[in-house]
Amino acid sequence: MTQKALPLDVGNLSEDVSQSARKAATTSLMRLLRYMGTRLVALFFTVMVGVYFTVLVANMGGYVDDIRRAAIREEVLTSLSADIQFQRLPQEERTRIIQDTIALRERQYGLDQPFIQRSLNSLWSAMTLNLGFSQNMSSDSGSRLVRNIILERLPSTLVLFGTANLILFFLSLFLGLSLSRRYGSFFDKLVLALAPTSAAPGWFYGLFLILIFAGVLRLLPFGGMVGTPPPEDPLSYALSLLRHMILPVSASLISSIFITIYNWRTFFLIYSSEDYVEMAKAKGLSNRMIERRYVLRPTLPNIITSFALLLISLWTGAIILETVFNWPGIGRLYFQAIGLFDVPVILANVVVYAYLLSLTVFLLDFIYALVDPRVRVGEGGKS
Amino acid sequence: MKRFTAFLEQLRRYPSAVLGLLIIGGLLVVSIVTPIMIPYREAIRLWRGGENVWRENPTFAWPVWYNWFTEKDLPATIVFYSEKGDGEKTIERLSANTREVRFVFEFDFPYDEFPPELILFSKAQYTSKQPHVELTWFTPDGREIRIGEFSSSPSASFRFGQDNRLQRRLERATGITGVTAERGLFDDPEKEGLQPLNGTYRLEVTGLLFEEESNLEVTFVSYGLVHGWAGTDHRRRDLMIPLLWGTPIAMAFGLMAALGTTVTTMSIAAIGVWFGGVLDGIIQRLTEVNAIIPVLPILIMVGTFYSRSIWLMLGIVIVLSIFGLSIKNYRAIFLQVRELPYIDAARSYGASNMRIIFRYLVPRILPLIIPQIVTLVPGFVFLEASLAVLGLGDPVLPTWGKVIQDANSQGALFNGLYYWILEPAVLLMVAGLGFAMVGFSLDRIFNPRLREL
Repeated sequence: MTQKALPLDVGNLSEDVSQSARKAATTSLMRLLRYMGTRLVALFFTVMVGVYFTVLVANMGGYVDDIRRAAIREEVLTSLSADIQFQRLPQEERTRIIQDTIALRERQYGLDQPFIQRSLNSLWSAMTLNLGFSQNMSSDSGSRLVRNIILERLPSTLVLFGTANLILFFLSLFLGLSLSRRYGSFFDKLVLALAPTSAAPGWFYGLFLILIFAGVLRLLPFGGMVGTPPPEDPLSYALSLLRHMILPVSASLISSIFITIYNWRTFFLIYSSEDYVEMAKAKGLSNRMIERRYVLRPTLPNIITSFALLLISLWTGAIILETVFNWPGIGRLYFQAIGLFDVPVILANVVVYAYLLSLTVFLLDFIYALVDPRVRVGEGGKS
Repeated sequence: MKRFTAFLEQLRRYPSAVLGLLIIGGLLVVSIVTPIMIPYREAIRLWRGGENVWRENPTFAWPVWYNWFTEKDLPATIVFYSEKGDGEKTIERLSANTREVRFVFEFDFPYDEFPPELILFSKAQYTSKQPHVELTWFTPDGREIRIGEFSSSPSASFRFGQDNRLQRRLERATGITGVTAERGLFDDPEKEGLQPLNGTYRLEVTGLLFEEESNLEVTFVSYGLVHGWAGTDHRRRDLMIPLLWGTPIAMAFGLMAALGTTVTTMSIAAIGVWFGGVLDGIIQRLTEVNAIIPVLPILIMVGTFYSRSIWLMLGIVIVLSIFGLSIKNYRAIFLQVRELPYIDAARSYGASNMRIIFRYLVPRILPLIIPQIVTLVPGFVFLEASLAVLGLGDPVLPTWGKVIQDANSQGALFNGLYYWILEPAVLLMVAGLGFAMVGFSLDRIFNPRLREL
């Protein structure tokens, strides 16, 4: 890999060289476009297969339909038996009305079609991001549109995990880089020793934090997003939100900060032992210069990848951390939707995540080509 | 063997590895001893048992060692079984058909807090006339308090705290309205407010038997605020059972999941690399599809819809990770290994495909995957706990995660019952750390590139 490293400085090329370079650029652009095209198609099919798999699981292969049919039948029978006029009708008439009402309700939910067709329908509407209506859930404002339900929960997840992940990303990057500069120091060894603590997930540390700061010291709230009743003016609302955020953010930080610092540190160390870095050191360049040009520059694709993955991971929230802290975010929505067999809401979560992930992977391929001249797209065909 | 000792020698230079190995060793010992001491069926019976199995245990009791750290001495549980010959039992004939059974239970009460509950359980044998039971209480300072009376059915219980007449009598005696029987009976009248009087108490239970074949046996329980080495939960269960039994389950789940996922993923990567072409392409695409499928939500769906059995979960975890992203890493390594001369040599002597894959390709990267397996274990141990916390733990088995979930749903943190969460949490933490520390050290030993750093 090191031998392939090209000189990054291309500013002083002469005229005729630039002309032939332009020609080469057009062919490589064509190749890039073709590559991107096949990639896009492949990713689309990937999303489709993944989403269809989820459709099957979320419907228990059609078993959820039976549950829903039984529920409809029960509902129709109870509502009709309360009707006195209905009771006076002759037997056949009553059976016919019951059958008709049930059939009508089933058609309303689309249950009159076979499961395979219904599953393909939901696949199609999911793929076209036509999220539709939920079956059992509704948003706090009373809307049954899946889009509204999710949009209502999204801000709380974004504010919590956005804060946590951004702190985690920049802190670990910065500390990892600075530790890689003086490995073997006390702090380096400390991080090394603490890295195994990241085996435990965030909710686990959340329990301890709640125990200490909410249970024993009574300093911070046990859970929730704002105090009850929610404060009226924006400033005290923000303060209350901040107070409620401290524990979940810390829990999520503690659970991953040490391993992330350790990973970045090791990563940077491997890159700073490359020959060209030794060369730069021999030339007598300053540490800052070496870091910026010879360590950070080649690792930029990895940094971008990790940042992009961090951004899309925001979408799913964290089911258990949100449950432990009673945080009304996407993760809890997901969990509630599963408990209520609400297939459209589950699917909406999965399909949006799948699209976001694929889009990110696609964009990353593209960005790699831009920032890392060593990545030659289309050559070798293996990605 | 020589290589193994050399390896151990190397491992000894990492203190965290030694500590981790000690932890893992301890956990393994517990995992082996527990099923021998408490057989599986017995453990399930105890764990699923309700009031009948655990009726002599208090609810929400702290572990006994909590007393070492508190200024006040919290009461322990005191139990008298007349059937087992506890206390004194005397029988006196009053008339032709009537006999009087008298039980005297004497016990020392050196504690600084009141017991939360006092119950007398009685077991009577009779054909038509129920035995009549009377209770009297003697305090260390010589006061005599009539507690109450009841007619005993074949199996009856008299809860001191639920007798209104007793409460009224105690209210008059102590001058404190709303005093519970448990407090009133142990109160020191000399002292201001409610403070327990230390000394020897005596409970006398007299039963009148009206039939010749009648018999009466009683069990008296003064429940404690501390109980056992692990405390008890809301269903009076001794937490020692799930803490002990959780160990083999956590170990089995963690090790099997880590081993299963790593071995399947590696084999698939090796097969894909060796055969290449369409097969490799399919494996690659499946890996990408798999990356989109959300594992935890799928597990939650399976738990909610199908079954919460821990072994089914284990199976799903392995199936979902067969095409996990680590295939890409293994693939990169196998692609290099494939080009090595010894593989050509194997091919030239006519080795079959499977022989090359499993005898030559896979062993080559074993050093790489051993740290991988060890590092994966804690993740799966915590995954089991995570599912349990969401209420999707195995319905039958006692596990650490179930204890946390019970505690969480009963508001243990809010109500200050910290032992309930801390005990399983500390065990989880210790187990996780043990494996993680060994994994990290192994990684550095097997990957010399990391060792230099």
